[in-house]
Amino acid sequence: MPASKNVGIVIVSHSAKVAEGAADMVRQMVGDNVPLAAAGGNAEGGLGTDVAAIMAAIDKAWSEAGVAILVDLGGAETNSEMAVEMMPEERRERIVICNAPIVEGAVMAATEASGGSPLAVVQATAEELMSA
Amino acid sequence: MDDALKKKLIEAMTGAIVSHTDELTALDQAIGDGDHGLNMKRGFEAVLADMGPISAKPLPDALQAIGTTLVMKVGGASGPLYGTLFMALGKELPPEPTVTDLARALAAAIEAVKARGKSDLGQKTMLDVLAPLQVALAHGGTDLTKRLPEVVKDAAEATVPLRAIRGRASFLGERSVGHMDPGARSSALLATAICNTIGA
Repeated sequence: MPASKNVGIVIVSHSAKVAEGAADMVRQMVGDNVPLAAAGGNAEGGLGTDVAAIMAAIDKAWSEAGVAILVDLGGAETNSEMAVEMMPEERRERIVICNAPIVEGAVMAATEASGGSPLAVVQATAEELMSA
Repeated sequence: MDDALKKKLIEAMTGAIVSHTDELTALDQAIGDGDHGLNMKRGFEAVLADMGPISAKPLPDALQAIGTTLVMKVGGASGPLYGTLFMALGKELPPEPTVTDLARALAAAIEAVKARGKSDLGQKTMLDVLAPLQVALAHGGTDLTKRLPEVVKDAAEATVPLRAIRGRASFLGERSVGHMDPGARSSALLATAICNTIGA
């Protein structure tokens, strides 16, 4: 199955190492079956999040089935929301920010996505972790 | 509004943040992640670096440009929050605003910030300074540029006993009580810088 048919996963952390490390774990689980991108750190390479980098990650992981974003703390969520709003209008409805722990959520969401599940199911699978 | 005044306002806002970076950092270290001072400094220094082209724009477009720069450069949650504030003001204000226009635009911008931060008054945030500022603007009267700095100073101090329920400070729960909110402080600094420049 071509990767672009599956929901894409974007990982947004304050730390580039956390974002890349979580992406490594996802890749080990699902290989190249899921479009995947990570955005970590601020524009200067310090801790923080960067709207432009998040937008680039969404572009990189873009799939017609949509993109699920996993975030760590406050600013990562707010900056991800900002990035989504700055995306072209026809894409916005196909991007969700999951209320889930970043590492476990990314792995669960990617596993669900690799089976071809639609965006709402991918999001629900990641968010189930919060009620488990 | 002429370009010279727009430049002075950008310089004054940047100066207020840069000269209080350490204080904002200390406030944020107490109840957040300690990045508010440097994040705001980075954002406003980027605005200052672009001051020429920004101040050549009509006020609504200049405010939009400041907001976009803050969103892109700040790197923390305050980027989208302050970015939203400036962008909403840009959307609402005419090129030559009156006090009435400012009160109305700030009311709309406060709603936009509430939506962006999913927060409300009394939650130990920048809103707890912006809302009393808006009320005082709506009241109007004389000597506003002298009185508003007092209003925002008192409002920022009034966040000390509040308990945070939004943002990183909310992780601390009751332990957030007893510290001034850094976003409230930075909002007060910016409002004061604007008043001092316009009143000068």
